[in-house]
Amino acid sequence: MRIIRTAVMVVACVMAGLPSVAQQSSGPLRIEITDGVIEPLPIAVPDFIAENSAASQLAVDIARVIAADLIGTGLFREIPQGAYISTPTSFSSPVQYSDWKAINAQGLVTGAVNVASDGKLNVKFRVFDVFSDAQLGDGLQFGGSSNSWRRMAHKVADAVYSRITGEGGYFDSRIVFVSETGPKNQRAKRLAVMDYDGANVQFLTDASAIVLAPRFSPTGDRVLYTSYESGFPRVNVLDVGTIERRALDVQAEALTFAPRFGPDGSTVVLSLSQGGNTDIFKTSVDGGTLVRLTSNPSIETAPGFSPDGRRIVFESDRSGTQQLYVMGANGGEATRISFGKGRYGTPVWSPRGDLIAFTKQANGRFHIGVMRIDGSEERLLTASFLDEGPTWAPNGRVIMFTRESRGEAGARALYSVDITGRNLRRVPTDLSGSDPAWSPLLK
Amino acid sequence: MKNKSKLLLIVAAIILAACSNSDRFGGNGRLGGDSANAAGEASDPTSVAYFQQSIGDRVLFVVDQHTLNPQATALLDQQAVWLMDNVEFTAVIEGHADEQGTSAYNLALSGRRANSVIEYLVSRGVASNRLQPLPFGKERPIAICSEENCYTQNRRAVTVVAAGGLG
Repeated sequence: MRIIRTAVMVVACVMAGLPSVAQQSSGPLRIEITDGVIEPLPIAVPDFIAENSAASQLAVDIARVIAADLIGTGLFREIPQGAYISTPTSFSSPVQYSDWKAINAQGLVTGAVNVASDGKLNVKFRVFDVFSDAQLGDGLQFGGSSNSWRRMAHKVADAVYSRITGEGGYFDSRIVFVSETGPKNQRAKRLAVMDYDGANVQFLTDASAIVLAPRFSPTGDRVLYTSYESGFPRVNVLDVGTIERRALDVQAEALTFAPRFGPDGSTVVLSLSQGGNTDIFKTSVDGGTLVRLTSNPSIETAPGFSPDGRRIVFESDRSGTQQLYVMGANGGEATRISFGKGRYGTPVWSPRGDLIAFTKQANGRFHIGVMRIDGSEERLLTASFLDEGPTWAPNGRVIMFTRESRGEAGARALYSVDITGRNLRRVPTDLSGSDPAWSPLLK
Repeated sequence: MKNKSKLLLIVAAIILAACSNSDRFGGNGRLGGDSANAAGEASDPTSVAYFQQSIGDRVLFVVDQHTLNPQATALLDQQAVWLMDNVEFTAVIEGHADEQGTSAYNLALSGRRANSVIEYLVSRGVASNRLQPLPFGKERPIAICSEENCYTQNRRAVTVVAAGGLG
């Protein structure tokens, strides 16, 4: 099996030649996504204009993916197309603001699609703030190959989301995860990658060995994970494009797991179990010395770097129960940051640097939560029989995690939730899934 | 004394017979060799089947603990005697955890459990180079309900013996 990396040459350029109302991202079409409960903003996403017959299906499909991305954030609701009074007939024709105001569409996304004879796809779009009678930012266009049409739709949606929220987008991104089949006592597991919305699943390994907890490199082209391929748990690295894989070059016979890349893309932190004791070590993905970072008889595991690479957050039961700690990137004294009732594990630093997401166990329930990096302002976002293993969207506003149902038929699925605790939703996957890790925004 | 240990052995055999062969993974360790592929007849005291069924291949742990209780050490005493009588065998000591807990922590915890067994067997005279830990965390439960009666079976360390050297 060979997986060809989606070859996308996406070119974004401002359509300087096109008329655009000067008003830039200000005015009433604005969502502060850190607010508590908000009323979803009504938007209209009419089918894009097909500029030639080869583009007719994609013009519909691309608009649908854009709408699904935006609606999926919980920040928008879509005005059904049946309610439209008029629809754009060409990309350049003026917007009939009154027609959109009449159906209470505050935002409007229009676009056009062209497929050239060589298969090259061109997508252009505009965003309108209907109630201000104004275009929101300049029109943009993206060019690429036809088979990358979903990526271009995600890029348009990211741009729309950014203009309205002021936040970075996250739709043009991928998830590496463990795809699962079979009953609880005989789970077959395979590494897989997919688009953030569950589309385009590609398997990276077969089901012959248990695989656990894959993690993307900062550029998204490599994945660290734990594999039982040798019969024993060992950290492997896999090239997403070629699916070539190898065990990390650490001590032979060492039992290693829970790896993560540092922000430099070469440093790796991981757990190593020796004589029954698990501690945290640092090494290089391309081979190098193993540097011990913790030296305690307790369990130290689940390490992860801060985005600037200067600190490491991890979990330890040195106090008697699992709690979260922060130490320098070279080890040394660690500061405990979790103090609430219960057990805390699987800490992950937000890509924005401001929060740490974690799994909490308390009173027989599992939660995904976030806290500031000093442990203050803890907030639990979910509660269930078993939630675990948060991963951050590239913009640090959404978290994906594993939820497992109770009992003999218990199965795992991927869920996402906003850091406000709103918009809990299941990520659509055909098979059961666990251990998601979000890629950075694709280039 | 002799009668007492014989009785203990019988009791252990009864308890553990229920556990043996209760899952379908085995042999190569890759998918979690628990008890299948039993070589030989249980009546042959040098067989893997005898080790599994007449001595018992597993010990159980309480929640979040890795200490061996008296039942466990009594069983491991028998395992140690068998391993010293059958020097051509090596053993992989699987550690397992129940599903209550995060994945990486449970992997570390199951490593502690496997090591508790190894340390005890070594203290009873088994050469440490014949024993290898294999932590499975919560990946391979043998009982799949989400109740304590299943969890108690899953918090285990299993001594998987095989003729020949360690892989």
